[in-house]
Amino acid sequence: MKPFAYERPSSVPEAVTLVAEEPGAVYVAGGTNLLDHLKLGIAAPRLLVDVTGLPLNAVEALPDGGIRIGANVRNADLAAHPEVRRRRPVVSQALLAGASPQLRNMATVAGNLVQRTRCPYFQNPATPCNKRQPGSGCAAAASRTEHRALMGASESCVAVHPSDLAVALCAVDAVVCVQGRFGPRRIPVTALHRLPGAHPERDTVLDHADLITGVELPPLPMATRSRYRKVGDRASFSFALVSVAVVVDLEGDAVRDTRIVFGGLATKPWRARRAEAVLRGGPVTADRFAAAALTELSDARTVEANAYKVPLARDTLVATLLDACGRA
Amino acid sequence: MTQAVVREAGSGALGAAVPRREAPDKVTGRARYTGDVALPGLAYVAVVPAAIAHGRVTAVRPERALAHAGVLAVIHGGACPRLHQTSDADLAVFQSSSVTYLGQFVAAVVAESPQIAREAARMVEVDYAVAPHRVELDTAAADLHRSPDRGPHFPTDCSHGDVEAALSHAPVRVDATYTTPPYHHHALEPHGTVAYWQAGGLTVHETTQGPSGTRDILARLFGISPDRVRVIARHVGGGFGSKAAPKAQLALAAVAAQVAGRPVKTVLTREQLSVVAGYRTPTIQRVRLGAEADGRLSAVSHVAYEQTSMTSDHAEYAAAPTRTMYAAPHRETRHWRERLHVPSPTWMRAPGECPGMFALESAMDELAHACGIDPVELRLRNDTANDPHSGLPFSSRNLAACLRTGAERFGWAERESPPAQLAGGRGFVGMGVAASTIPQYRFPSRANAQVDGRGRVTVRIAAVDIGTGARTALAQIAADTLGVGLDLVAVEVGDSALPSASWAGRSSGTTSWGTAVVRACEALRAEMARRGGALPSGGLEAASDTLDELAAPRTHSQHAFGAQFAEVAVDTVTREVRVSRLLGVFAIGRVINPVTVRSQLIGGMTMGVSMALCEEGVLDPRYGHFHTRDLAAYRVATFADVPEVEACWVDEEDVDTSPMGAKGVGEIGIVGTAAAVANAVHHATGWRVRDLPINARHLVEAEAAAGREAAEGDRAAAGEPG
Amino acid sequence: MENITLDVNGERHFLTVDIRMSLLDALRDSLGLTGAKAGCERGHCGCCTVLVDGRRVYSCLTLAVAVAGAGARVVTVEGLSRAGPHRLQKAFIARDAFQCGFCTPGQLCSAVAMLDEASRERPSSASGPSSEGPALTETEVRERMSGNLCRCGAYQNIVAAIMDVAP
Repeated sequence: MKPFAYERPSSVPEAVTLVAEEPGAVYVAGGTNLLDHLKLGIAAPRLLVDVTGLPLNAVEALPDGGIRIGANVRNADLAAHPEVRRRRPVVSQALLAGASPQLRNMATVAGNLVQRTRCPYFQNPATPCNKRQPGSGCAAAASRTEHRALMGASESCVAVHPSDLAVALCAVDAVVCVQGRFGPRRIPVTALHRLPGAHPERDTVLDHADLITGVELPPLPMATRSRYRKVGDRASFSFALVSVAVVVDLEGDAVRDTRIVFGGLATKPWRARRAEAVLRGGPVTADRFAAAALTELSDARTVEANAYKVPLARDTLVATLLDACGRA
Repeated sequence: MTQAVVREAGSGALGAAVPRREAPDKVTGRARYTGDVALPGLAYVAVVPAAIAHGRVTAVRPERALAHAGVLAVIHGGACPRLHQTSDADLAVFQSSSVTYLGQFVAAVVAESPQIAREAARMVEVDYAVAPHRVELDTAAADLHRSPDRGPHFPTDCSHGDVEAALSHAPVRVDATYTTPPYHHHALEPHGTVAYWQAGGLTVHETTQGPSGTRDILARLFGISPDRVRVIARHVGGGFGSKAAPKAQLALAAVAAQVAGRPVKTVLTREQLSVVAGYRTPTIQRVRLGAEADGRLSAVSHVAYEQTSMTSDHAEYAAAPTRTMYAAPHRETRHWRERLHVPSPTWMRAPGECPGMFALESAMDELAHACGIDPVELRLRNDTANDPHSGLPFSSRNLAACLRTGAERFGWAERESPPAQLAGGRGFVGMGVAASTIPQYRFPSRANAQVDGRGRVTVRIAAVDIGTGARTALAQIAADTLGVGLDLVAVEVGDSALPSASWAGRSSGTTSWGTAVVRACEALRAEMARRGGALPSGGLEAASDTLDELAAPRTHSQHAFGAQFAEVAVDTVTREVRVSRLLGVFAIGRVINPVTVRSQLIGGMTMGVSMALCEEGVLDPRYGHFHTRDLAAYRVATFADVPEVEACWVDEEDVDTSPMGAKGVGEIGIVGTAAAVANAVHHATGWRVRDLPINARHLVEAEAAAGREAAEGDRAAAGEPG
Repeated sequence: MENITLDVNGERHFLTVDIRMSLLDALRDSLGLTGAKAGCERGHCGCCTVLVDGRRVYSCLTLAVAVAGAGARVVTVEGLSRAGPHRLQKAFIARDAFQCGFCTPGQLCSAVAMLDEASRERPSSASGPSSEGPALTETEVRERMSGNLCRCGAYQNIVAAIMDVAP
């Protein structure tokens, strides 16, 4: 770990200015991902700007049904918030399905959204990785690892996006509030993460000094009928092999509207818009749900080691939708 | 078979459920482990690992690191004291430019702080001449060779009768190949050493399972007398075999202390442990069984393929337990090995038995299925009073009692066929059984027993407590032998300055050390008796050495046995397997302390669940590294993976195995667990997982294979060509 | 090097630390509080678990300067028994809830915080977010303790010890 400078600003503009003026600066809050990268030698910032002293700790339930979440709210606190549990259960479920109690106590909402991939080659500085070292190549692409994206990959990068929370936030139309050098912006969370393309080193659309100040959940009454289901390699404390976040609005025996997002399968949280289109206006049946899943997964590019994720994702989505519809 | 023990003394201490003696230290943080040792002037060592899997170091350029503030020295092949003995290449750090596995130590930095040492280690530049490497075990490889024989009683290959003919005539046959991946011990305490030299003598605080053996190895490595070396291990945070043979960080620390001229601490990172701390070889095992229609075995063939490194002679011998498990007139067990450019494998909890019994006990379940016989009954029908391998009678066996007791306690009779469904039709509940076995070894040890003028006893032996409760068990053994209260007995272990003792490993610690303690206490008692029971004010002491006693040839075959029963719930949607209940019943001789013995048994079974469902080391063949190098990628079971685990034992005393009537219990809990779980998964789903771990990937593959087999069966029934 | 003030186990300590020092390193190397252990240093094992302002965290992934900067209060395993043995410590002994003992300080700190979280009706994935104040069953305890590994396999006994003191 290289030495670094450490600052603890007390206002958002001060934080943004500190980072803007130092190309080697990074924000740090919970630090769970950054400290790990410092130890692995895959990040070497010159300046750490600790934002935990900023007043971004509140969760506000708005009268219109929306929820405003401060960037520094710890994952454990967001998961436990009564209005989140009631109005957006999928968010609470996703948080509780991730990491461990200690990490959830440390990690913040913003940090969770910008956490980086756990691709084994990204984490190993002795192997090529375009995300870690642009232009060095992708050791994962030609490997037999099962930990590679089925969707959204490029020749440059096949790294799977690791977040559970981001998957759930994509299912509830969340908007990320950002303070940049030139003022505030709002970015739909589905547009926050980038596909790797030729530039996998950029995980998100955020610029260097952009600070996530909060996440807004707009009113979405149907989100009370939502579920997050995660399949891991352990019963707890593991990353998703496959996860699904679903929101369903029923009208009689038909699906009026829905949101479906996959985790563990793609280079970013994978909003399954084609599957949603198959479901809208259709009946609540396992066959219909399976057809929707397979429509979305028809472009999945698999290798021998991860081909199992296709039936796993299909079946998990079907069961989770049936569960959300009260038909399990 | 089972024998009674006549104890002349006895204090009720043997068999008492008493808490382990160091418990208060362990719950308050007072227990000091190697990494906790602080010394004035301590310097810190960080390792530079090889970036290639095969080749030569052509140059090490330490200049940048040396220029870094706080760096004291950079040690490498061009700047390292010569070691006296270099025959163990894994230990002889920097004595050769040859690189035979990725991650091998090629240099090290000594610095004022661990932060500086680790940072500077990244600044050391190393040039290599790269050679081609091979790191993947291949049963068709041209250079496969027979694993070495281990003495006349342990040949690598065994054959009795005509296996091929018997298999071809058998009315029921099983022929299946099972695989187990590399397993890492990952004791939570990382390997580490604190070393310092004083007046030509070397003292180390070491994470070791054997202080005496480690002392002797260090003496040879540095060409000094063993009495100039002291190895201290007051508390050791788990070992499971990885801390039995010393690892490279020990030699490195001793060298670094020499170079720096001050005490040094070397603690390996978790990532480095997956390279230099040893691991269990992956195995590929083909098991063929031939049986009569009633399930009686006529032929057993078990052939295991294993790997080792370029620098180690280690072999796992996964087929060895098959030699003693079941009677069959025609039997063969063979071991093939391949040398690869990989880190050296080593002993890991139940070497041989652990992976081997996964294969054999899975095959037995397949046989039970093929014969239409209850799996418990199948094992009872193939039980034997004599060891088929040696021909000797077992000193005690009681496998049948374990199976029957377990079936009764577990509710095996309620095993439904077809299996019960999970709520909502989301999957099935299944039950499985497997047998366990562990050979019993004892190794020579010495002990000293001293009584002071007030009747207080101190037992001294260079044993070590790696979590087994050795201090407590040895106190109980001493109190029982002397017929005194347990509170009067103090035990000193964990220091090579004490009477030399064998290691904590191979389920041999308590029986080996206990035998020495019994003999020392018997001698002390005899001396007290000779003096008419009066204690001189200066006290008395007596010593023992079990070298001669243990040299006598065995008249019985000595093994522990057990039966494990697993209940699993398989979610056929998410392909998640949850073990809901696990019961082990063991034949382990006399139980010295039910509290610590139960902990060891359920601990082994828990590691068995972890092996069954979670653990999998994965190598990248292109680079030669494990990319499962940390505890996120190499998954060990968490609390949530481990259900109600219960262990119990049948009445048994075995004085052939130890004078206490006890057997070793450290390993048997892990033997058979994975097979019991896999067999339960098959009962629940009809899917046979022959490749561990039983994860979503392997379940989907087993499901597909079951579908293909069913389709082939349908075609065959319809008379269609396959 | 940085001058910091760390509040540990009710005492304030003035330290000069390497900016890179984790809270774990500061506790162990600077303060000699070696109860918290370095098992993986990556936040994967739980051996380093301590309480920061009453919440359980991995001290290996926490910067000492950040804890000092926030003025947070740290409690380690050594601090659990300042007023005599903690009931969980007694329960761990009674249930033989450890073997090698290396993970034990982290398990104890984690269990103390876990019981506090459960008493405040914090949800877990075992019962799900809709459950109001779920009963602290063994299944709940297992899920809520899964951030602490035990390689000796004392899980069963740790759960029993926690159940002994759970309300």
